Parts: sequence; structure tokens; C-alpha cells
Amino acid sequence: MKLIVNGEQKEFSEVTHVLSLLNLLEAQEPYAVAVNAQFVPREQCDVLLLNEGDQVEILSPIQGG
Amino acid sequence: MQDLLSIYGTDLASRLFIGSALYPSPAIMQESIVAAQSDVVTVSLRRQGSASEGADFWQLIKDTNKHVLPNTAGCHSVNEAVTLAQMCREVFNTNWIKLELIGDEYNLQPDPIALLEATKILIEQGFQVLPYCTDDLVICQKLVDLGCEVLMPWGAPIGTGKGLLNPYNLKTIRERLPNTTLLIDAGLGLPSHACMAMEMGYDAVLLNSAIAQAGDPVVMARAFANAVNAGRAAYLAQAMPEKDLAKPSTPTLGMPFWHQNG
Repeated sequence: MKLIVNGEQKEFSEVTHVLSLLNLLEAQEPYAVAVNAQFVPREQCDVLLLNEGDQVEILSPIQGG
Repeated sequence: MQDLLSIYGTDLASRLFIGSALYPSPAIMQESIVAAQSDVVTVSLRRQGSASEGADFWQLIKDTNKHVLPNTAGCHSVNEAVTLAQMCREVFNTNWIKLELIGDEYNLQPDPIALLEATKILIEQGFQVLPYCTDDLVICQKLVDLGCEVLMPWGAPIGTGKGLLNPYNLKTIRERLPNTTLLIDAGLGLPSHACMAMEMGYDAVLLNSAIAQAGDPVVMARAFANAVNAGRAAYLAQAMPEKDLAKPSTPTLGMPFWHQNG
């Protein structure tokens, strides 16, 4: 399945729901996830299935003004 | 009696909110936050880069033991801002959000219409919104009508260091919204700018570049802390009325040599 993760197109063979992608990428806490510009609460990450072409954003803390 | 600032029910001793960006190093950022004696530090979210980058930064902020105020910097649409606010709430575990919705790339002016729309949505979702807005009285009134207890009009465009470009507008907002907590956010460059805002009756100031991009950020942080305290004290002390006519402060009664040569 082709996904766009943090702006980069990537191919994944074993991804089903959001959590499976996060595990595959070894996403480092703390982070929050959005799929197709919609926030995905953590408790929904093992429920929401990803589809071909989905845009996934994994965001972490950074400096801000 | 302690002169505390209340932000949505949270009492704070410091009236200087400080940003965490643009410092020469993480260590100087930490030292500056301490020197500013701030209780609130602004942060944001971005795409995860190296595996531990976000975690390392977050640990530095946690070590300062301050309240965090996440922002939606860089958002240009209501949906972007709402989504980023929701993500911030999960990561930073706070209902506070500095709502920033840019309407123009040249001067980074907030989009007042989108700001109102996003504020409405976020308040309905339980957020405590601190909107970064222009110095437009009517927009400020509408934000209050939506439920904002705190407003953050700009002093000048972000990062310009120009100070309070429109004191008349800012004074009018202060006078017309006496029960709203008001912060000047953005555009300050000098401690005197912060002092002026506080003398005007603003409840606090939020700044980043003026400290982070100073030659010595730590010393500048201290200078801003002093300026904010001085301005607040001056406001509480109630300044003398300005007059056009000169009036001597030393008594004229008993003046020697009075008109002797006349």
C-alpha cells in the first residue's frame, strides 16, 4: 500500500491500521497522528484502517514562539 | 498581597510568557527561560525528524517545570488549525492553545475571519483558546463573545521587534474590554516596549525573538522580566495625568532673590 507519511510517499506491505504503521516506523514518543488532515486520537490508532494514498502526519514537539 | 495573573483559572506569578524558538543553543534556551522567570513557555508540533529529536526537546522543556502553551503557528486554514490544536492537546496534555491562523504571508497577519471560526469550533471542543489576533476592537469583542477569557493582540508583526505600532488601538481594546485578560503577543523588540504595554494596563506580554535573537539572550531575558515588573507596578500605581502646561515641582513660595533685579 502506498502512503504519504510526513510528506513523503512510501510503500508498505504489512500495514493495516494506524498503529501498525506507527510500530513499523518505530515512532518515538511523544507524538500525535493525523490522517488526511484529521486528528486520530491515540485510542483510535488500533482501530482506524489505512487506505491506499492516505496522508499520514506524525508530529512531535518542537520549539515554538 | 501577591499580584497574580489568572489564565483560565490558573494563577501565575509571572506576566512574561516566553517562546522556546530561535535560541543559539538548547542550553541558552533553558537559561533564558529561567532568567525571564516566566511561568509559561510556548511550544509547537512539527513532523517527526530524527528519532529522538522531539523527545529530547520535550525533555528540556519538562525540565524547566513550566506551564506549556502550544501554538498552531504556520496554519493557514481553519481545519489545519483545529487539527493541530487537537494534536497539541494530546501531546502536551493541556486545553490551552495559542491559536494562530495566518492570513497573509508578507506580514504574517492573523486572518480574523478564520480565527473566529476556529475559535468557535475549539471552544465547543473544550479548548481554552488564547487567540493571537490583530489590534481590531471588533474582532476582539467577537472573540470574547465566543467565550475567550484571554486575548493576545499583536504589538507589531511577528519577529519585527517594532514595538507597539498602534498604541491608540491597544489602549481602546484595554478600555473597552476591562474584564478580559489581555496579552501583547508578537512584535516586541525592547524591554521598553514590554514596559509600555504593561503601563497601558495589559496583563502580560508574550515574546520570543526579542530575547532569543539578542546578543545575550539570558541577560535580555532578565531585562524583559524587570521591564514587565516595572510596567505592571507603574500601572497599579496609577500614573499622573499628562498635561500641556509646565508646572514647577519645587515650591516657589520662599524663593530667595525673587524678582530682585526687576
